[in-house]
Amino acid sequence: MTISSSPLATDHDLWRSLLGDMIRVRVFEERCAELYGESKIRGFLHLYIGEEAIASGVMSCLRPDDAVLATYREHGHALLRGVSAESIMSEMFGKATGCSGGRGGSMHLFDAATRFFGGNAIVGGHLPVAVGLGLADQVLGRSGAVTVCFFGEGAVAEGEFHEAMNLAALWNVPVLFCCENNRYAMGTSLRSSESQIDLALKAASYAIPAWSVDGMDIVEVHRATTKALASVRADGGPMFIEFQTYRFRAHSMFDPDLYRDPAEVEHWKLRDPIATFARRLVDEQIVTDADIEEMWERARAETEAAVAAAEAAPIEPIDTLLDHVTRDAEPAPHIERSPETTTDDEVWP
Amino acid sequence: MSSLDADTDERIDAEVVPSMTYREAMREALRDALATDDRVFIMGEDVADYGGTYAVTKGLYEEFGRDRVRNTPLSESGFVGAGIGAALGGLRPIVEIMTVNFSLLALDQVVNTAATLLHMSGGQLNVPLVIRTTTGAGRQLAAQHSHSLEGWFAHVPGLKVVAPATPEDARWMLPTALADPNPVIIFEHATLYNESGPVDPVLGPVDIDRAAVRRHGSDLTIVASAGMVSKALAAADLLSAAGMSAEVIDLRSLRPLDFDTMAASLARTSRALVVDEGWRTGGLSAEISAGLTERCFWSLDAPIARLASAEVPIPYAKHLETAAIPQIEDIVAAAHDLVGDR
Ligand SMILES: Cc1ncc(C[n+]2csc(CCOP(=O)(O)OP(=O)(O)O)c2C)c(N)n1
Ligand SMILES: [Mg+2]
Repeated sequence: MTISSSPLATDHDLWRSLLGDMIRVRVFEERCAELYGESKIRGFLHLYIGEEAIASGVMSCLRPDDAVLATYREHGHALLRGVSAESIMSEMFGKATGCSGGRGGSMHLFDAATRFFGGNAIVGGHLPVAVGLGLADQVLGRSGAVTVCFFGEGAVAEGEFHEAMNLAALWNVPVLFCCENNRYAMGTSLRSSESQIDLALKAASYAIPAWSVDGMDIVEVHRATTKALASVRADGGPMFIEFQTYRFRAHSMFDPDLYRDPAEVEHWKLRDPIATFARRLVDEQIVTDADIEEMWERARAETEAAVAAAEAAPIEPIDTLLDHVTRDAEPAPHIERSPETTTDDEVWP
Repeated sequence: MSSLDADTDERIDAEVVPSMTYREAMREALRDALATDDRVFIMGEDVADYGGTYAVTKGLYEEFGRDRVRNTPLSESGFVGAGIGAALGGLRPIVEIMTVNFSLLALDQVVNTAATLLHMSGGQLNVPLVIRTTTGAGRQLAAQHSHSLEGWFAHVPGLKVVAPATPEDARWMLPTALADPNPVIIFEHATLYNESGPVDPVLGPVDIDRAAVRRHGSDLTIVASAGMVSKALAAADLLSAAGMSAEVIDLRSLRPLDFDTMAASLARTSRALVVDEGWRTGGLSAEISAGLTERCFWSLDAPIARLASAEVPIPYAKHLETAAIPQIEDIVAAAHDLVGDR
């Protein structure tokens, strides 16, 4: 392979920063796993380790006015969308300074400022919401803004997936659906749960342009996303990309991972999106080993600062328990009007 | 309505406050909302050219076009979820679900998303969504079109649940619901659409969190909502003829429940009968009864009485359906039992 024919021949800064992004997510989450072991983080914790190329590649293509929705496996998405490591870590610690004020935890990271709409833990439930956000952009004339909706392949079996695909196509809303197909929904393999395992075909059946790409290769992820977004931004309607990927860890920290052949896991680990991409960048002399070491170092520093801040942060006082259930409304007048012409008061004074 | 001369008040009311049907009142509310706020749009199954299952949106599509009066496919979960997203994105959607029975297909969106987002996001994301749906039995539509499930929604923190029982509330609760930053579900009892009543055309938005005393009385308090209010008022007329004075409270809001108004009434009457078209077990009537007992136990002259629908899926045959849901005579009989005069 000659360097001039490589897809990495230009945009070296981009590729360097994408590698750095993946490393940030990896370091952050490996620390999360440790903190789970130390009982600092509780509840469900779903790690994205192995899948980082998808969020890193997609997020790098987004603008501030885009909206993002993700699943409960969303630490990386939030981080790369610009939610600070500190507020994410604090959220997982259940602290007041967390990005959801300690009400959400690992599965429910939210940040209005970066238009990060969760952190959604009902499989398939956020897909219709994404359609509505896209509809609002369309109706309000926020031209070029896109709603990006991440979900696992498990969601494809849910009715809400199908309703959302149909509505999105019918209304031509600017939504990019990003299916993270890691081949398992908890312990259920795609093959054992779907009659049709070509997921792009399902989306295409709703007249949504759809294709499948290698989600372990960030260059492919970036290329596919760039192409899809150009179309969606130009009023081309919704698009669907299936990213073929694999999670290296169990579904959650509760999962003993008994349903996968360890050889299968090892096989996929050979395709680690960070290691393979780092090697390519070194081979093509875009980064040096020292650059890469510095990326890990910086990521570790970021994560440790986040842990320290989360550790030191205050918890919400108990007397805020009932906050944020409903927001105060402007009071309207109360009018009593009896439809009766007479009352018993008049009959029996 | 310029003259407020006390002597002529009643005459002015009679002359100036026009009467309209509950359906027309709701339609007027929708038209007004569409005309005054560009962010407002209606969506639901057959809300456009068909004019709405109960003809509530009839004519609005012609007037405002199909982007403002948007037909949806049969996808309750999908379009309620889209309503949530649209609300998050800055619009003010009014989602019509044909009946509460079909709302069960959207329960996930309502309960898991609309009601939780504000809290889960630590107060960042509110969902200003209005859902309108019909409820109730009485038209021989059998078990999949007749249930009163508003109590299920009233169970859920994060939602507001209202049930206009008069045309005036049908007209003036909607603007308040639309101005509310939270998800509001409006239950319209299907037997009310053809009922007429006075609707002040310039009244303006009214509160959606307080009960109203619809008739004053001194012997007992009848608490009712939605389709049961007119039955309770009719029963109160019959009771009055038999020498019993019933106060009738129209709940208006099912979440929050206005216990202050109910307790104030009980302080006068010492007896309460709760009439609910939902089922008794685990129902709204149980909640009201328990709440009133907690507040008023020492001033009660009798246990709180309840009248609810029979514990069956609502049957088709007229006589069976009638027997399954509280009727005027049932309310009269329950009132006599409660007051102990026979
Ligand atoms: C509606 C619903 N059903 C079941 C669950 C429990 N659950 C949580 S994650 C999960 C698997 C989802 O798999 P997939 O969509 O492929 O995403 P992944 O976890 O692989 O990223 C299940 C069944 C849920 N959260 N929501
Ligand atoms: Mg999966």
